[in-house]
Amino acid sequence: MARPPDNSLPHRLSTGRFGPLILLFMRYGPPRWSRYIRSQWTGSRLVIAVPYLWLLLFFLVPFLIVFKISFSEVQVAMPPYAPLFDWVEDARRLIVTFNLNNYLFLLTDDLYVSTFLYSVKVAAISTLICLLVGYPMAYAIARSSPAIRNVWLMLVILPFWTSFLLRVYAWVGLLKNDGVINNLLLGLGLIDEPMSLLYTDFAVYVGIVYSYLPFMILPLYSNLEKHDLTLLEAAADLGARPVRAFLSITLPLSMPGIIAGSLLVFIPAVGEYVIPSLLGRSDQLMIGRVLSDEFFSNRDWPVASAVAIAMLLLLVIPIMLFQRYQKRELEARK
Amino acid sequence: MKSNGWFRGLALLVGFAFLYVPILSMIAFSFNNSRLVTVWDAANSPTLKWYRLLFDNEQILGAAWLSIQIAAMTATGAVVLGTIAGLVLARFGPFRGRALLSGLTTAPLVMPEVITGLSLLLLFVSLEQLIGWPSGRGVLTITIAHITFAMAYVTVVVQSRLAGFDDSLEEAALDLGARPARVFFSITLPLILPAIVSGWLLAFTLSWDDVVISQFVAGPGSSTLPMVIFSKVRLGVSPDVNALATIMVMIVAAGVVLSALWMRHQERRREREMRMARAAEK
Repeated sequence: MARPPDNSLPHRLSTGRFGPLILLFMRYGPPRWSRYIRSQWTGSRLVIAVPYLWLLLFFLVPFLIVFKISFSEVQVAMPPYAPLFDWVEDARRLIVTFNLNNYLFLLTDDLYVSTFLYSVKVAAISTLICLLVGYPMAYAIARSSPAIRNVWLMLVILPFWTSFLLRVYAWVGLLKNDGVINNLLLGLGLIDEPMSLLYTDFAVYVGIVYSYLPFMILPLYSNLEKHDLTLLEAAADLGARPVRAFLSITLPLSMPGIIAGSLLVFIPAVGEYVIPSLLGRSDQLMIGRVLSDEFFSNRDWPVASAVAIAMLLLLVIPIMLFQRYQKRELEARK
Repeated sequence: MKSNGWFRGLALLVGFAFLYVPILSMIAFSFNNSRLVTVWDAANSPTLKWYRLLFDNEQILGAAWLSIQIAAMTATGAVVLGTIAGLVLARFGPFRGRALLSGLTTAPLVMPEVITGLSLLLLFVSLEQLIGWPSGRGVLTITIAHITFAMAYVTVVVQSRLAGFDDSLEEAALDLGARPARVFFSITLPLILPAIVSGWLLAFTLSWDDVVISQFVAGPGSSTLPMVIFSKVRLGVSPDVNALATIMVMIVAAGVVLSALWMRHQERRREREMRMARAAEK
């Protein structure tokens, strides 16, 4: 009976021109070579390479391109910016046109400065309100009985699964001049004429708090749930009132949760685009909107890129803080 | 801790009212007869006319179908890449470039969408100039963009699930001579299946929901459902959007409840098996 041809990789490798060399390596190579090759060589490198290459190509490289274009000059062409590197054949040299005008423009133009300040203000106030609403909820959930706790948590997460856009849109119907809230207050006789609620800072705060509340509650809950309640009992035994016990035990212990939740709300809120477009003022835009207008309406790609880089610089410290928290959290579960 | 029971009750009541009243009012007004979205026409309500109008709207139905396709492709791609990334970060120990990979997988979680959208669009434009791919923008570019930010969520879900198990089972299988691929498919994968399922659903939802990034990387003729809704509601409220929202909330609520029940079932089965294994040891 003819044996099927041996097609295994070691066989194929050992029959080529370098066959003897490879055989030698396989026999006298690194110790426990089979385990070594299995876990250290082909498989694991390939497995690591797949997500790595994807993220490098579609996440890191795009930032470098934005960074590059932010130093270019705008021109009427497609793509609408001047090349940064220009190889001049006659002169045999690379001409690098590096201009900081886009950034100077951002710094000197009042519109951009006020937009940045306004965005930070809106994000900070919304984060604070989110914390004030979310902390008591997270606390109440963490101190309920384990059976009902999961129901509460599911109710917190459920809106997160429904369309973000539609949830923001729901507030348009509530806040309009002839909307549900105004009609209700008029009907109750509490106000005589409709309050203007929509297209105000207030509406943007409400929209951001409403959309991002689950992001505040979940890290707070996962922190508060782990607290050792005997500490509070000890404080009570020693005569501390509940408020005092809360301020000197629970609050300091929940600081990591507060920081994580606040960052998860603050960072995306600074660049928020949909909420201010639907609920916000038209005379004062936020950065996300300005970036998008600069890109789509003015077709000024370099300035749009510079706005993006400036926004990243503003957020780089919060983002790094969040990453540190995330890493600690994932490693603590081991 | 009985003394602050009223406070906890109040916090939950106010918080959940805040979370659910807007959704409930949207559902209620989807059955309202009046064209004015906010005035309740008691005489002729409830009515299903906005639902009928919705199902006659070719543009919305077409966009919804496109969004479902993109979301399904995104979820599948993000689950494959995110599971690999989560596995690498949780199980492969230290390797060169691990810190960078870990940073690259958590950064999209908090990156403002306008920046992600702008940078991906500029990448696609540059790539098209350099190598002619992707030619134009459309479903492919939207899907790539969605996979990139959705895989970050899947990675975190899978990684934290893996961190909950020690690797003794995998070690044992390796010592018994199973190849790494075999170990993955017969041990690791069943263990992290709940995380993979919830990661898939999460990625699907994120893609289905996204408007900002899609607006940057979409081309002519590839308007997703959120893009159509966004341009519609920017002009003001319209009752058929309420009907659409109601349908979506119902589907999601059913899906979340079912998946929670399934996950609890899985968890119970696993615990029972663990108990039986321990009993057999004795």
